[in-house]
Amino acid sequence: MYVAVKGGEKAIRNAHRLLAHKRRGDSARPGLSVAQIREQMFLGVARVMCEGALHDAELAALALKQAAGDTVEAIFLLRAYRATLPRFCASLPLDTGAMRIERRISATYKDIPGGQQLGATFDYTHRLLDFDLLAEQEAPPPPESVPAPTEACPHIMALLAREGLVGQERKAADDESAPDITREPLAFPASRAERLQILARGDEGFLLALAYSTQRGYGRNHPFAGEIRVGKVDVWLEAEELGFCVPAGEIEVSECEMVNQFVGSRKTPPQFTRGYGLVFGSAERKAMVMALVDRALRAGEYGEDASAPAQQEEFVLAHCDSVEAAGFLSHLKLPHYVDFQSELGLVRKLRREQARTGAQEAEKEVAALETAP
Amino acid sequence: MNAARAGKAPRSGKMLPGYNFAYLDEESKRMIRRGLLKAVAIPGFQIPFGGREMPLPYGWGTGGIQVTASIITPEDVLKVIDQGADDTTNAVSIRQFFERVAGIASTTRTREATIIQTRHRIPETPLASGQIMVFQVPIPEPLRFIEPSETETATLHALGDYGIMHVKLYEDIVRHGHIATCYAYPVEVNGRYVMDPSPIPRFDNPKLHMSPALMLFGAGREKRLYALPPHTAVVSLDFEDHPFAIQRPEAACAICGSTESYLDELIVDDAGARRYVCSDTDYCQRRAEARGEARGEAS
Amino acid sequence: MSALAHGMRMDAALPADVPAMENSQALMQADGLCRLFGPEQGCQDISFTLYPGEVLGLVGESGSGKSTLLSTLSGRLPPDRGRVRYRDGADWVDLYATGEGRRRALLRTQWGFVEQNPRDGLRMPVSAGANIGERLMAQGARHYGRLRQSALDWLRHVEIDISRIDDTPNAFSGGMQQRLQIARNLVSGPRLVFMDEPTGGLDVSVQARILDLLRKLVRELDLSVILVTHDLAVARLLADRLMVMRRSRIVEAGLTDQILDDPQHPYTQLLVSSILRV
Repeated sequence: MYVAVKGGEKAIRNAHRLLAHKRRGDSARPGLSVAQIREQMFLGVARVMCEGALHDAELAALALKQAAGDTVEAIFLLRAYRATLPRFCASLPLDTGAMRIERRISATYKDIPGGQQLGATFDYTHRLLDFDLLAEQEAPPPPESVPAPTEACPHIMALLAREGLVGQERKAADDESAPDITREPLAFPASRAERLQILARGDEGFLLALAYSTQRGYGRNHPFAGEIRVGKVDVWLEAEELGFCVPAGEIEVSECEMVNQFVGSRKTPPQFTRGYGLVFGSAERKAMVMALVDRALRAGEYGEDASAPAQQEEFVLAHCDSVEAAGFLSHLKLPHYVDFQSELGLVRKLRREQARTGAQEAEKEVAALETAP
Repeated sequence: MNAARAGKAPRSGKMLPGYNFAYLDEESKRMIRRGLLKAVAIPGFQIPFGGREMPLPYGWGTGGIQVTASIITPEDVLKVIDQGADDTTNAVSIRQFFERVAGIASTTRTREATIIQTRHRIPETPLASGQIMVFQVPIPEPLRFIEPSETETATLHALGDYGIMHVKLYEDIVRHGHIATCYAYPVEVNGRYVMDPSPIPRFDNPKLHMSPALMLFGAGREKRLYALPPHTAVVSLDFEDHPFAIQRPEAACAICGSTESYLDELIVDDAGARRYVCSDTDYCQRRAEARGEARGEAS
Repeated sequence: MSALAHGMRMDAALPADVPAMENSQALMQADGLCRLFGPEQGCQDISFTLYPGEVLGLVGESGSGKSTLLSTLSGRLPPDRGRVRYRDGADWVDLYATGEGRRRALLRTQWGFVEQNPRDGLRMPVSAGANIGERLMAQGARHYGRLRQSALDWLRHVEIDISRIDDTPNAFSGGMQQRLQIARNLVSGPRLVFMDEPTGGLDVSVQARILDLLRKLVRELDLSVILVTHDLAVARLLADRLMVMRRSRIVEAGLTDQILDDPQHPYTQLLVSSILRV
């Protein structure tokens, strides 16, 4: 009689073995190596690193392998691991101006100092399934030219800012340390630094939909892709005991700066506004939607009416994390016998009461009819 | 909470290599314990804390797990229940987690446990002084479904402005003739804060009042901690002319015969025939054993 | 309404920096209020005194700053400069210097706020009875039967069929919603009610009924009202005294009849003549 709820321990163990077995698939075929995933699925790896908030392509690839390609699950694995890592210090702010650029485009200027560089992109490909890949054994022909990474070139925003055409962002004070949303609980209203951290880890699909909604008129902010750049930057640490900075290594990032709707009044000259996106790896779609949502969330700062979903800080920030969202969704699969039982009991009771009063009323009606002349 | 002893080598040894005792690093545990101390000092008030990502999904008890991880010591004896039962899948999974990362002893007996982590129930067996209940909380904010904004609910709590909570109860009576909130029934703590007791059935609400055990609540996804110190007044919200009442069980347990405990409904055949058994498996088993012994002695 | 005699003072003309005297008979006093969103957008140099039982109309075209001023006076929008004081018994409360708790307590007990759109002032998903009872519950009323009795009384007061007590306002007409909003505000026995174009969104025939009701309630309950309207006919019907706003400033203030029959400021003259032509 207790079978329905007993035996959980054994059932769990077997479910996990079954999953491991299924994940591996036909053992006659060679297993996927983490190196293959890291190199040949690098865009998936970038998304896991970015939303998993840990720049480690090896572990991100491992997570993807272990999660059988389920991105949200892989992000969760990486996050859980990340949570156990000690935190030594915060790096210096990345100098993306010194990026070794592999791709850089601007939709606002035809010619820019340093030049546009297309890099490796799906843009301008025709989305036709390439059936050659079904049987691919050989490596594709090498590119006609491998452009050398472009060295340090100025941000387009910096050029606009120099002319006063775009507002200056607030510079952090020297003794101001960056908040860490993974260590300190978030309080609303959040600072912009906190918002950007949350957006960087936020679910790409959710943020894409929000960004899209601003383009369709729910909190329009007239964006232009001022600059998108993808490449490698050095991470520097300040070694306190040494008194100078040391490089800790390089990471790949994608950065997007949007030029948005200008503001101004009779007293203050008009200026463009901006939204910012910065993410790990080659992930420019994510960087772009982050910039759009960042700008949407600055509505209050610019005195705009914040009525669209993408402009509502609490709504956006509280719901954009896929690990939180997927976790809470999956908890619906846990037993809710107790809650359900209590509702079941009440509904039965209410139905009984209603049936009783219904019957009484029917009796009264009958009695009324009978006594009617 | 025996906090000072946390971090010592566990008694039973078998621990997962590569992780600290009870999984969380000591710094994180201290942060959570500081939050818990505040929570105990202000009964029913939600303390924000820097919740960590746990290797179990949000919504599966990460808040409770973090609380347990931060207070557990190698000498503790842990009981984990979900829906009142020790052997439901999630209870098993959490108990195994602590066996792996803390190497602690576990039990299914309510009386033997020093820490009881729970989802959705409070054991039928009365709790004792020195025991700690750890509740897993999905939505800590009792006003959330009436007022979605965090900024606004924080203000309402600060000002003790709880009129809208009663608006909801009023509406229940209008629609159903009763207060139709069956679980997560809101309570007023120590005459001050309105608190969500987590989704326990309202049958369990009276067990919160003046309990000799310490009650700790952890919401992982929402990153909130709150607490009821021992012997705290906990009043379920109601109207004078519609007083709070618990749903009485409609049957006796098919196993132990209890008419006092909260029952699970089982559908036992295709025709939908129903039987009822205790939701609290430990309580049920003790009673069934006692009855068996009594019968044994009698024969 | 003996207070009307005081009302004739042209407080609006007071320079902002002169500290206003505390007037033991006044209910509310604004000194040098200023809240600007842009040049002449919002309100500035606003000083006046409101007396118990007085209905003060704020008139002017849209964008003149009436609604900003109303928000500032009602504790919803802190001013850039100046202050608002309210007399609570013997005690003067500086609205923005006091804590949010006190301000909110005022708003839900001694004050009311009737929004132009009743949907903004009502809790739409809950029944009419709960809408009326909410203020009482916020003040600690915990008897369901008595809450219902108050709700029934107030539905009768505002001429809503009492059989609608358990219906949600969604099922009500615009006029009924507005009457429900009025009841929801008056249930706590407020002394001062702010109204923002209370008949703005309604048909003319419905407007007349609401205006009648408001006039009756104001008299019966001896309410003080600060009323924003762009409709001079509404102002004439309800207000004892008017302040005419234009481009964030008060350009003329005085008794309603005086202002409407003998406007002094050219803008007021224009405003009055345009309504008369219609």
